[in-house]
Amino acid sequence: MVSLVPRTNGDAPTRRTPRPSSVQLKYVMAVSGAVMFLYLVAHMVGNLKIFFGAESLDLYAAWLRVVGAPALPEQTVLWLVRVVLLAAVVGHIVAATILARRASRARPVKYAHRSRVAGSYAARTMRWGGVIVALFIVYHILDLTTGTLNPNGVYGEVYANLVADFAPQRWYVTAFYVVSILALTLHLRHGLWSALQSLGRTRGGNLAALRATANVVAIALAAGFLVVPLSITFGLVS
Amino acid sequence: MRLTLKIWRQEAPGATGRMVGYQVDDADEDMSFLELLDVLNEKLILSGDEPVAFDHDCREGICGSCAMVINGEPHGPQKATTACQLHLRHFRDGETIVVEPWRAAAFPVVKDLVTDRSAFDRVIAAGGYISAPTGAAPDAHATPVPKANADRAFTAAACIGCGACVAACPNGSASLFLGAKITHLGELPQGRPEQDDRVVRMVEQHDAEGFGGCTNTGACTVSCPKEIPLDVISQLNRDYLHATTGSRRSA
Repeated sequence: MVSLVPRTNGDAPTRRTPRPSSVQLKYVMAVSGAVMFLYLVAHMVGNLKIFFGAESLDLYAAWLRVVGAPALPEQTVLWLVRVVLLAAVVGHIVAATILARRASRARPVKYAHRSRVAGSYAARTMRWGGVIVALFIVYHILDLTTGTLNPNGVYGEVYANLVADFAPQRWYVTAFYVVSILALTLHLRHGLWSALQSLGRTRGGNLAALRATANVVAIALAAGFLVVPLSITFGLVS
Repeated sequence: MRLTLKIWRQEAPGATGRMVGYQVDDADEDMSFLELLDVLNEKLILSGDEPVAFDHDCREGICGSCAMVINGEPHGPQKATTACQLHLRHFRDGETIVVEPWRAAAFPVVKDLVTDRSAFDRVIAAGGYISAPTGAAPDAHATPVPKANADRAFTAAACIGCGACVAACPNGSASLFLGAKITHLGELPQGRPEQDDRVVRMVEQHDAEGFGGCTNTGACTVSCPKEIPLDVISQLNRDYLHATTGSRRSA
């Protein structure tokens, strides 16, 4: 380590310390990511009710709107979950944007020779993969929450909406869904263990095991999400 | 062996640089990469050209002076090897080799392949030390250290501060360097009293120098000539969380 250019006063140049610190931004990424992941697990498990028939799924959807009643007014829990999720999504995107901007400022001149990049494909595609997932979420809400873009789009008829949405002639909707879930899987593949690393929970001894677990969990989640639209498109559920 | 070199030439800090091609016909596979540059520079001097400026000191892989990105990889293709210890036998006869300086806003180019890495000195000055009274050295046996802690501290202490982690990181982050210093000092009893202040100050200085944030890609640890493990960054994050939460102090 050498210092070849003596500074005029020998002291550090006056630079502003950026706030929040890079480590604090990583905590935001990790915690907000964990919140969204927990929601995804619940969401995936709930989706599987489609295999118990229309009544089971629609009843479950109706229950989600009255959870907590009568102790709490209807939809209280629903909106509580929505607000927490929205905060997590916003926090995740804002922190990621700040970090991405700092990263691009940290390397103003790119390398002429690009090496075969070390690190996984998933790690390198976190930013663009995240954008794909975010766009999908917007479409997904307009499609199956508000029903705006759904061919059936009747509030409460969850089963019918799904069957209409992923009908074989609308294969492109299923294809977009599959691509988005694959992007999500890659995102989680890196994100799950990375969150633990950012919160300082990894150790030399458990790193490999955690990465393997992250892979298994991400793939299991993807399988759970994909089985629903694929079953409809291929006529197993109608 | 015959090698074609494409080297970044830049006359002064802030000057516009460019890649320049050179031919070395009498390279030997037993030469180190720096010896190849020495041979090239001899030729350049004899022909009245400006030799290629590059950092070097010990040439035995322990000082952390040599710093160049060879074919897109800091310190070149050989694992756990500094550029000075990289031999030409790892290249093919007739190969074209691209040589660039570390690319980071915090490491401005001084000339050609030489970068100013005093940002690391300032990060160290911010907290990468222990405060100890001078005088007679205490008995080495006076402070017992468990073997596991000693081993981990030693692994982290192998960091030579060359900056390859920054050069490799897609975010230009120095987190591996930071983590190595934090772990090296924090694993030992002498480093404990200043553990909280150290991590907060060093992260602050790291960010102020313009290094990016870590996204856990692991590119740093692959490029590290001393194979500093990735979990030192986890230690850094853990220590920072401990130092900035609760009533102890705020960052």
